[in-house]
Amino acid sequence: MADIVLDKVSKKYPDGTVAVHDVDLEIADGEFIILVGPSGCGKSTTLNMIAGLEDISSGELRIGGERVNDRAPKDRDIAMVFQSYALYPNMTVRENMAFPLRLAKMDRKVVDEKVGEAARVLELTDYLDRRPANLSGGQRQRVAMGRAIVRSPKAFLMDEPLSNLDAKLRVQMRTQVSRLQKQLGTTTVYVTHDQTEAMTLGDRVVVMRGGYIQQVGDPQTLYDQPRNLFVAGFIGSPAMNFLPAEAEESLLRTPLGDLPLTDRLRASLARTGPAGGARQLIVGVRPEHFEDAALVEDSQRPKGFEFTAPVDLVESMGSDKYVYFTVEGQRASAADLEDLAADAGGADLPPQDSLVTRLSAESRVRGGADAKVWMNLDKLHLFDPSDGRNITLTEDKPGAHAD
Amino acid sequence: MSVQEKVRIPARRSPRTKAVLSEGKRQERRLGWLLCAPAAIVMVAVTAYPIIYSVWLSLQRYDLKFPDQKEFVGLANYATVLSNGYWWSAFGVTALITVISVTAELVLGMGLALIMHKTVVGRGLVRTSALIPYGIVTVVAAFSWRYAWTPGTGYLANLVTPDGAPLTERAGALAIIVLAEIWKTTPFMALLLMAGLALVPDDLLKAASMDGASWWQRFTKVMLPVMKPAVLVALLFRTLDAFRVFDNIYVLTAGANETSSVSMIAYNNLMKGLNLGIGSTMSVLIFLTVAIIAFIFVKLFGTAAPGSDDGTRR
Ligand SMILES: Nc1ncnc2c1ncn2[C@@H]1O[C@H](COP(=O)(O)OP(=O)(O)O)[C@@H](O)[C@H]1O
Ligand SMILES: [Mg+2]
Repeated sequence: MADIVLDKVSKKYPDGTVAVHDVDLEIADGEFIILVGPSGCGKSTTLNMIAGLEDISSGELRIGGERVNDRAPKDRDIAMVFQSYALYPNMTVRENMAFPLRLAKMDRKVVDEKVGEAARVLELTDYLDRRPANLSGGQRQRVAMGRAIVRSPKAFLMDEPLSNLDAKLRVQMRTQVSRLQKQLGTTTVYVTHDQTEAMTLGDRVVVMRGGYIQQVGDPQTLYDQPRNLFVAGFIGSPAMNFLPAEAEESLLRTPLGDLPLTDRLRASLARTGPAGGARQLIVGVRPEHFEDAALVEDSQRPKGFEFTAPVDLVESMGSDKYVYFTVEGQRASAADLEDLAADAGGADLPPQDSLVTRLSAESRVRGGADAKVWMNLDKLHLFDPSDGRNITLTEDKPGAHAD
Repeated sequence: MSVQEKVRIPARRSPRTKAVLSEGKRQERRLGWLLCAPAAIVMVAVTAYPIIYSVWLSLQRYDLKFPDQKEFVGLANYATVLSNGYWWSAFGVTALITVISVTAELVLGMGLALIMHKTVVGRGLVRTSALIPYGIVTVVAAFSWRYAWTPGTGYLANLVTPDGAPLTERAGALAIIVLAEIWKTTPFMALLLMAGLALVPDDLLKAASMDGASWWQRFTKVMLPVMKPAVLVALLFRTLDAFRVFDNIYVLTAGANETSSVSMIAYNNLMKGLNLGIGSTMSVLIFLTVAIIAFIFVKLFGTAAPGSDDGTRR
């Protein structure tokens, strides 16, 4: 076991593509860390550099305090699980799992013991003599995990290990991976493009975009205090609602109406921009920060803002209702939002001119009619459209804390 | 093993499924036959007929110099050929050329394939230049080898054997024949092997690196087993081809100094000796040998088209 430190690590491919820019990351011993981001953002490249499968163009990589930039993968004592599982088709499950141990010239009896133990943990004992071609997807995935854990390596690297499974199995395997990692306590770097997986699995999550780290933090911090529009829109499902806004002296003009500027928002504005004059902003509100105005308690009411809008669609989830409203007027626009829209798979962005709200199950709103909705102003985020920065965050380096 | 069998059974077409074929399936099958028919008919016309005719000729005493003595003699021609020293000498020469040249081609071809597979810069140029020997007509290439080894004027003869005439002695001539074969067909081997290399997923090699395999271990324990079908197909093609070696020998030595291959003496008997009976017998024997080689490859090693092996077969 060991900690992993990336110190200004960059990767430039021979064709000139810079896939990773100056990544700084400290992964603690035993930590489960997730790299998440839309496809092509450099997650696999980062992982492959840690593995030693790709050379590091600049910067330093330290594992357990030692610089390992120039070490071959086999000398780094790291195991990797691939999206394709990469099982050797000519070997049985047993031979597949024993392969790294046999290469390490381990005693035959010890090998049998370790493989048997790993097979037991992963419930593969009955399949040891099968070949990968005769296994189901879930079983193959477990064999790939088994091949990684038999060696008791310093760290596990996993590149979208669950992406090839169907949705139900993916959820099952997710808990199994999580449990296994806790049990073994081995430092793990896990790559995924699925924000749900990132939120549910990791001790800490690293959000990447275009080769740059956007934010590092535990899942709740990323959700509550996104540092920019990209993180705000990428984390969370359904995604955060974004509306164009114009700040004036004491109010915020939005397509929903004129919102009063609370002290918190006023302070944020004063801290981050010139006083006076209209200022273009983007308002971000998560779906659960809306409520059916009829159901809001009186004590809560003053904290929020009420508006009326036509209901487009109601989806009843049982525990609550997703209600979609049509919003007139312009859409919010910023480079971050375009990136998010381009990566439709990563975030479940709503159609731009509709507002997604999550209301109590008791709500009586119906599709086609107008509904009165309350919005919690305390939870509202303001973003600067020019650079996507979240100006409502109070700390200087939100979410950069390590545990 | 038993589990594996169980899994495989549904994939196999058992005789019973035939009876329950639906109407649509039957029509589909009929269409399949219809679509194959033109090709099948052409195949029968151009290959089956000459083969059967050869077999028929091989069972007769039939020498065009003595056409009156034509007579059905059963297997007598086979006894004659199989008890003949020249035949066995040619057979030995052919086997030797086949084994040495195919082995060398496999090793060199694999090296070439690995290089072509790995090359990133100027890939097209590397591949094209590697394939040039294969693009040259064999007879033309053979003549260039002959001139190169002609004492006095050939550059290779002057360079390697300034005072000998390698093409006029058995060992030297055979070596040059093998060399010409290897030079000519290694690119073909490399091409087939490269198709096999493409079958090896990158992830598999990465996984092996992570598991601690050296380059050589990755090659022998991961690459070779995965590309085995392609290697076997390449070996099969080349073995069958090499066993029928003719053009190089014809041009380089014309079979002098016991350098004849079986194809060469079959040709001599048929075309020069005009002995249709004996010549056909030899052709049929060559055909049988080639068929046996193919059979061994397919049955014993499980040679199949690249990619069709699903990994369940050993
Ligand atoms: N071998 C390569 N040569 C050149 N560019 C590459 C190579 N591999 C990946 N890239 C580029 O680097 C970027 C990051 O790729 P990758 O790390 O695979 O992304 P992710 O795993 O996040 O989807 C992409 O833009 C991709 O096109
Ligand atoms: Mg990737």
